[in-house]
Amino acid sequence: MSSHDSPEEIKKAVKLYIGIFVALLFLTLVTVGVSYIHLSVGKAVALALFVASIKASLVALFFMHLKDERKIIYATIGLTGVLFVFLMSISMYL
Amino acid sequence: MSLIPYIDHEHPVTGVTNAKFGIWLFLASEVMLFGALFSTYIILRTGATVWPHGYEVLNIPMGTLNTAILITSSVTIVLAWAALKMRQLPKFKLYMGLTCLLSLIFLVIKYFEYAAKFHHGYYPATNTYFAIYFVITGLHGLHIIGGIVVNAYLLGPGSKMYATEPERFTGRVECAGLYWHFVDLVWIFVFPILYLL
Repeated sequence: MSSHDSPEEIKKAVKLYIGIFVALLFLTLVTVGVSYIHLSVGKAVALALFVASIKASLVALFFMHLKDERKIIYATIGLTGVLFVFLMSISMYL
Repeated sequence: MSLIPYIDHEHPVTGVTNAKFGIWLFLASEVMLFGALFSTYIILRTGATVWPHGYEVLNIPMGTLNTAILITSSVTIVLAWAALKMRQLPKFKLYMGLTCLLSLIFLVIKYFEYAAKFHHGYYPATNTYFAIYFVITGLHGLHIIGGIVVNAYLLGPGSKMYATEPERFTGRVECAGLYWHFVDLVWIFVFPILYLL
Protein backbone atom coordinates (compact mmCIF):
# COMPACT_ATOMS: atom_id res chain seq x y z
CA MET A 1 0.00 0.00 0.00
CA SER A 2 2.96 2.31 -0.35
CA SER A 3 3.99 4.51 -3.25
CA HIS A 4 6.13 1.70 -4.67
CA ASP A 5 3.30 -0.11 -6.37
CA SER A 6 4.03 0.35 -10.06
CA PRO A 7 4.67 -2.84 -12.08
CA GLU A 8 8.31 -1.77 -12.65
CA GLU A 9 8.86 -1.34 -8.91
CA ILE A 10 7.28 -4.71 -8.21
CA LYS A 11 9.49 -6.36 -10.84
CA LYS A 12 12.55 -4.85 -9.17
CA ALA A 13 11.26 -6.06 -5.81
CA VAL A 14 10.87 -9.61 -7.15
CA LYS A 15 14.56 -9.67 -8.14
CA LEU A 16 15.42 -8.46 -4.65
CA TYR A 17 13.28 -11.22 -3.08
CA ILE A 18 15.21 -13.85 -5.04
CA GLY A 19 18.50 -12.32 -3.84
CA ILE A 20 17.30 -12.40 -0.22
CA PHE A 21 16.23 -16.02 -0.71
CA VAL A 22 19.74 -17.02 -1.80
CA ALA A 23 21.23 -15.10 1.14
CA LEU A 24 18.90 -16.86 3.59
CA LEU A 25 19.79 -20.31 2.24
CA PHE A 26 23.49 -19.46 2.41
CA LEU A 27 23.19 -18.26 6.03
CA THR A 28 21.31 -21.46 6.93
CA LEU A 29 24.23 -23.50 5.58
CA VAL A 30 26.64 -21.29 7.55
CA THR A 31 24.74 -21.92 10.81
CA VAL A 32 24.61 -25.66 10.21
CA GLY A 33 28.25 -25.78 9.12
CA VAL A 34 29.43 -23.91 12.20
CA SER A 35 27.50 -26.27 14.47
CA TYR A 36 29.69 -29.16 13.26
CA ILE A 37 32.80 -27.38 14.56
CA HIS A 38 31.51 -27.75 18.17
CA LEU A 39 32.63 -24.41 19.58
CA SER A 40 32.35 -23.69 23.30
CA VAL A 41 28.73 -23.18 24.39
CA GLY A 42 29.06 -19.42 24.84
CA LYS A 43 30.64 -18.86 21.43
CA ALA A 44 28.23 -21.24 19.69
CA VAL A 45 25.16 -19.54 21.19
CA ALA A 46 26.45 -16.06 20.34
CA LEU A 47 27.28 -17.02 16.75
CA ALA A 48 24.04 -18.95 16.14
CA LEU A 49 21.90 -16.12 17.50
CA PHE A 50 23.90 -13.57 15.52
CA VAL A 51 23.31 -15.39 12.24
CA ALA A 52 19.65 -16.04 13.14
CA SER A 53 19.20 -12.33 13.84
CA ILE A 54 20.63 -11.42 10.43
CA LYS A 55 18.25 -13.89 8.77
CA ALA A 56 15.30 -12.61 10.79
CA SER A 57 16.18 -9.02 9.85
CA LEU A 58 16.29 -9.93 6.15
CA VAL A 59 12.87 -11.58 6.36
CA ALA A 60 11.37 -8.69 8.36
CA LEU A 61 12.90 -5.87 6.30
CA PHE A 62 12.23 -7.24 2.84
CA PHE A 63 9.55 -9.95 2.89
CA MET A 64 7.49 -8.17 5.55
CA HIS A 65 8.23 -4.78 3.93
CA LEU A 66 9.49 -3.23 7.15
CA LYS A 67 12.12 -1.37 5.15
CA ASP A 68 9.38 0.98 4.08
CA GLU A 69 6.43 0.95 6.45
CA ARG A 70 4.22 3.41 8.33
CA LYS A 71 5.04 4.89 11.74
CA ILE A 72 2.20 3.10 13.49
CA ILE A 73 3.64 -0.29 12.50
CA TYR A 74 7.12 0.68 13.72
CA ALA A 75 5.59 1.90 16.98
CA THR A 76 3.78 -1.43 17.44
CA ILE A 77 6.92 -3.46 16.74
CA GLY A 78 9.10 -1.12 18.81
CA LEU A 79 6.94 -1.53 21.89
CA THR A 80 6.80 -5.30 21.37
CA GLY A 81 10.58 -5.37 20.92
CA VAL A 82 11.15 -3.57 24.23
CA LEU A 83 8.84 -5.99 26.06
CA PHE A 84 10.47 -8.99 24.36
CA VAL A 85 14.00 -7.87 25.26
CA PHE A 86 12.85 -7.21 28.84
CA LEU A 87 11.38 -10.72 29.05
CA MET A 88 14.58 -12.31 27.71
CA SER A 89 16.71 -10.21 30.07
CA ILE A 90 14.86 -11.17 33.22
CA SER A 91 15.01 -14.83 32.12
CA MET A 92 18.77 -14.62 31.76
CA TYR A 93 19.79 -12.42 34.67
CA LEU A 94 17.26 -12.97 37.43
CA MET B 1 -20.30 -1.98 1.58
CA SER B 2 -18.45 -3.83 4.25
CA LEU B 3 -18.88 -3.79 8.01
CA ILE B 4 -15.25 -3.10 8.84
CA PRO B 5 -14.08 0.24 7.47
CA TYR B 6 -10.72 0.88 5.81
CA ILE B 7 -9.97 -2.68 4.74
CA ASP B 8 -9.20 -1.87 1.11
CA HIS B 9 -7.77 1.62 1.55
CA GLU B 10 -5.61 3.31 4.13
CA HIS B 11 -7.01 4.73 7.33
CA PRO B 12 -6.29 8.49 7.42
CA VAL B 13 -4.89 8.31 10.96
CA THR B 14 -2.69 5.19 10.81
CA GLY B 15 -1.75 5.38 7.12
CA VAL B 16 -2.35 1.62 6.77
CA THR B 17 -5.46 -0.47 6.22
CA ASN B 18 -7.18 -1.69 9.36
CA ALA B 19 -6.48 -5.22 8.17
CA LYS B 20 -2.73 -4.62 8.11
CA PHE B 21 -2.70 -2.82 11.47
CA GLY B 22 -4.77 -5.67 12.87
CA ILE B 23 -2.42 -8.40 11.66
CA TRP B 24 0.58 -6.53 13.08
CA LEU B 25 -1.10 -6.23 16.48
CA PHE B 26 -1.79 -9.96 16.31
CA LEU B 27 1.84 -10.66 15.41
CA ALA B 28 2.93 -8.50 18.35
CA SER B 29 0.93 -10.77 20.66
CA GLU B 30 2.47 -13.78 18.92
CA VAL B 31 5.97 -12.46 19.62
CA MET B 32 5.15 -12.47 23.32
CA LEU B 33 3.56 -15.93 23.12
CA PHE B 34 6.69 -17.46 21.62
CA GLY B 35 8.75 -15.12 23.80
CA ALA B 36 7.28 -16.78 26.88
CA LEU B 37 8.39 -20.16 25.55
CA PHE B 38 11.89 -18.92 24.66
CA SER B 39 12.09 -17.47 28.16
CA THR B 40 11.05 -20.86 29.55
CA TYR B 41 13.76 -22.50 27.45
CA ILE B 42 16.43 -20.14 28.82
CA ILE B 43 15.38 -20.73 32.43
CA LEU B 44 15.16 -24.51 31.99
CA ARG B 45 18.48 -24.71 30.20
CA THR B 46 20.46 -22.43 32.51
CA GLY B 47 19.01 -24.24 35.53
CA ALA B 48 19.64 -27.76 34.23
CA THR B 49 22.62 -29.80 35.40
CA VAL B 50 22.69 -31.76 32.14
CA TRP B 51 21.33 -30.66 28.78
CA PRO B 52 21.67 -32.75 25.62
CA HIS B 53 23.18 -31.14 22.54
CA GLY B 54 20.45 -30.86 19.94
CA TYR B 55 22.68 -32.56 17.38
CA GLU B 56 22.97 -35.64 19.59
CA VAL B 57 19.23 -36.30 19.74
CA LEU B 58 17.72 -34.55 16.72
CA ASN B 59 18.10 -35.11 13.00
CA ILE B 60 20.10 -32.12 11.69
CA PRO B 61 19.72 -32.90 7.95
CA MET B 62 15.92 -33.11 8.37
CA GLY B 63 15.86 -29.89 10.39
CA THR B 64 18.04 -28.15 7.80
CA LEU B 65 15.83 -29.37 4.97
CA ASN B 66 12.75 -28.08 6.79
CA THR B 67 14.45 -24.72 7.33
CA ALA B 68 15.16 -24.47 3.61
CA ILE B 69 11.56 -25.51 2.80
CA LEU B 70 10.10 -22.87 5.11
CA ILE B 71 12.38 -20.16 3.73
CA THR B 72 11.37 -21.16 0.19
CA SER B 73 7.68 -20.98 1.13
CA SER B 74 8.26 -17.48 2.48
CA VAL B 75 9.65 -16.50 -0.91
CA THR B 76 6.79 -18.13 -2.83
CA ILE B 77 4.13 -16.34 -0.76
CA VAL B 78 5.79 -12.96 -1.27
CA LEU B 79 5.98 -13.75 -5.01
CA ALA B 80 2.27 -14.65 -4.90
CA TRP B 81 1.54 -11.21 -3.46
CA ALA B 82 3.80 -9.54 -6.04
CA ALA B 83 1.92 -11.38 -8.83
CA LEU B 84 -1.37 -9.93 -7.56
CA LYS B 85 0.19 -6.49 -7.46
CA MET B 86 1.02 -6.99 -11.14
CA ARG B 87 -2.55 -8.21 -11.70
CA GLN B 88 -1.49 -11.73 -12.69
CA LEU B 89 -3.98 -14.09 -11.08
CA PRO B 90 -2.67 -17.35 -12.66
CA LYS B 91 0.83 -16.56 -11.38
CA PHE B 92 -0.60 -15.82 -7.95
CA LYS B 93 -2.30 -19.23 -7.95
CA LEU B 94 0.92 -20.94 -8.96
CA TYR B 95 2.96 -19.37 -6.16
CA MET B 96 0.24 -19.71 -3.54
CA GLY B 97 -0.17 -23.36 -4.56
CA LEU B 98 3.58 -23.86 -4.16
CA THR B 99 3.41 -22.21 -0.73
CA CYS B 100 0.70 -24.63 0.40
CA LEU B 101 2.60 -27.58 -1.04
CA LEU B 102 5.85 -26.59 0.70
CA SER B 103 4.02 -26.12 4.02
CA LEU B 104 2.54 -29.59 3.71
CA ILE B 105 5.99 -31.05 3.00
CA PHE B 106 7.25 -29.27 6.13
CA LEU B 107 4.53 -30.98 8.17
CA VAL B 108 5.26 -34.39 6.64
CA ILE B 109 8.95 -34.08 7.54
CA LYS B 110 7.99 -32.91 11.02
CA TYR B 111 5.75 -35.97 11.32
CA PHE B 112 8.66 -38.28 10.46
CA GLU B 113 10.83 -36.47 12.99
CA TYR B 114 8.22 -36.86 15.74
CA ALA B 115 7.69 -40.52 14.79
CA ALA B 116 11.44 -41.16 15.06
CA LYS B 117 11.51 -39.52 18.50
CA PHE B 118 8.62 -41.64 19.73
CA HIS B 119 10.25 -44.72 18.23
CA HIS B 120 13.37 -44.04 20.29
CA GLY B 121 11.23 -43.54 23.37
CA TYR B 122 11.64 -39.77 23.52
CA TYR B 123 8.45 -38.18 24.82
CA PRO B 124 7.64 -34.79 26.33
CA ALA B 125 7.88 -36.44 29.77
CA THR B 126 11.36 -37.87 29.04
CA ASN B 127 13.26 -34.78 30.21
CA THR B 128 13.03 -30.99 30.22
CA TYR B 129 14.83 -30.78 26.86
CA PHE B 130 12.19 -32.90 25.13
CA ALA B 131 9.42 -31.15 27.07
CA ILE B 132 10.42 -27.76 25.64
CA TYR B 133 11.27 -29.30 22.25
CA PHE B 134 7.78 -30.75 21.83
CA VAL B 135 6.00 -27.66 23.18
CA ILE B 136 7.85 -25.18 20.96
CA THR B 137 7.85 -27.27 17.76
CA GLY B 138 4.28 -28.39 18.49
CA LEU B 139 3.01 -24.83 18.85
CA HIS B 140 4.98 -23.85 15.76
CA GLY B 141 3.44 -26.80 13.90
CA LEU B 142 -0.04 -25.61 14.90
CA HIS B 143 0.84 -22.23 13.44
CA ILE B 144 1.86 -23.97 10.21
CA ILE B 145 -1.50 -25.76 10.09
CA GLY B 146 -3.33 -22.49 10.71
CA GLY B 147 -1.37 -20.85 7.91
CA ILE B 148 -2.15 -23.68 5.50
CA VAL B 149 -5.89 -23.33 6.21
CA VAL B 150 -5.82 -19.59 5.46
CA ASN B 151 -3.50 -19.88 2.45
CA ALA B 152 -5.54 -22.75 0.97
CA TYR B 153 -8.70 -20.67 1.41
CA LEU B 154 -7.08 -17.73 -0.39
CA LEU B 155 -5.90 -20.07 -3.14
CA GLY B 156 -9.32 -21.71 -3.53
CA PRO B 157 -12.74 -20.22 -2.69
CA GLY B 158 -11.30 -17.02 -1.25
CA SER B 159 -9.78 -16.02 -4.59
CA LYS B 160 -13.26 -15.28 -5.99
CA MET B 161 -12.94 -11.92 -4.25
CA TYR B 162 -10.27 -10.95 -6.80
CA ALA B 163 -12.94 -10.53 -9.49
CA THR B 164 -14.97 -8.03 -7.49
CA GLU B 165 -12.54 -6.44 -5.01
CA PRO B 166 -8.94 -6.97 -6.22
CA GLU B 167 -7.44 -4.40 -3.78
CA ARG B 168 -9.09 -5.99 -0.78
CA PHE B 169 -8.03 -9.46 -1.91
CA THR B 170 -4.42 -8.32 -2.42
CA GLY B 171 -4.55 -6.87 1.09
CA ARG B 172 -5.73 -10.21 2.45
CA VAL B 173 -2.88 -12.02 0.72
CA GLU B 174 -0.43 -9.47 2.13
CA CYS B 175 -1.75 -10.08 5.66
CA ALA B 176 -1.58 -13.87 5.20
CA GLY B 177 1.97 -13.35 3.93
CA LEU B 178 2.95 -11.29 6.99
CA TYR B 179 1.69 -14.08 9.22
CA TRP B 180 3.51 -16.70 7.17
CA HIS B 181 6.80 -14.76 7.30
CA PHE B 182 6.39 -14.56 11.06
CA VAL B 183 6.01 -18.35 11.28
CA ASP B 184 9.19 -18.62 9.18
CA LEU B 185 10.90 -16.09 11.45
CA VAL B 186 10.08 -18.10 14.56
CA TRP B 187 11.56 -21.21 12.96
CA ILE B 188 14.75 -19.28 12.09
CA PHE B 189 15.33 -19.02 15.87
CA VAL B 190 13.83 -22.38 16.87
CA PHE B 191 16.11 -24.32 14.51
CA PRO B 192 19.50 -23.23 15.95
CA ILE B 193 18.22 -23.13 19.52
CA LEU B 194 16.83 -26.67 19.57
CA TYR B 195 18.81 -28.46 16.86
CA LEU B 196 22.24 -26.90 16.78
CA LEU B 197 23.11 -25.73 20.29
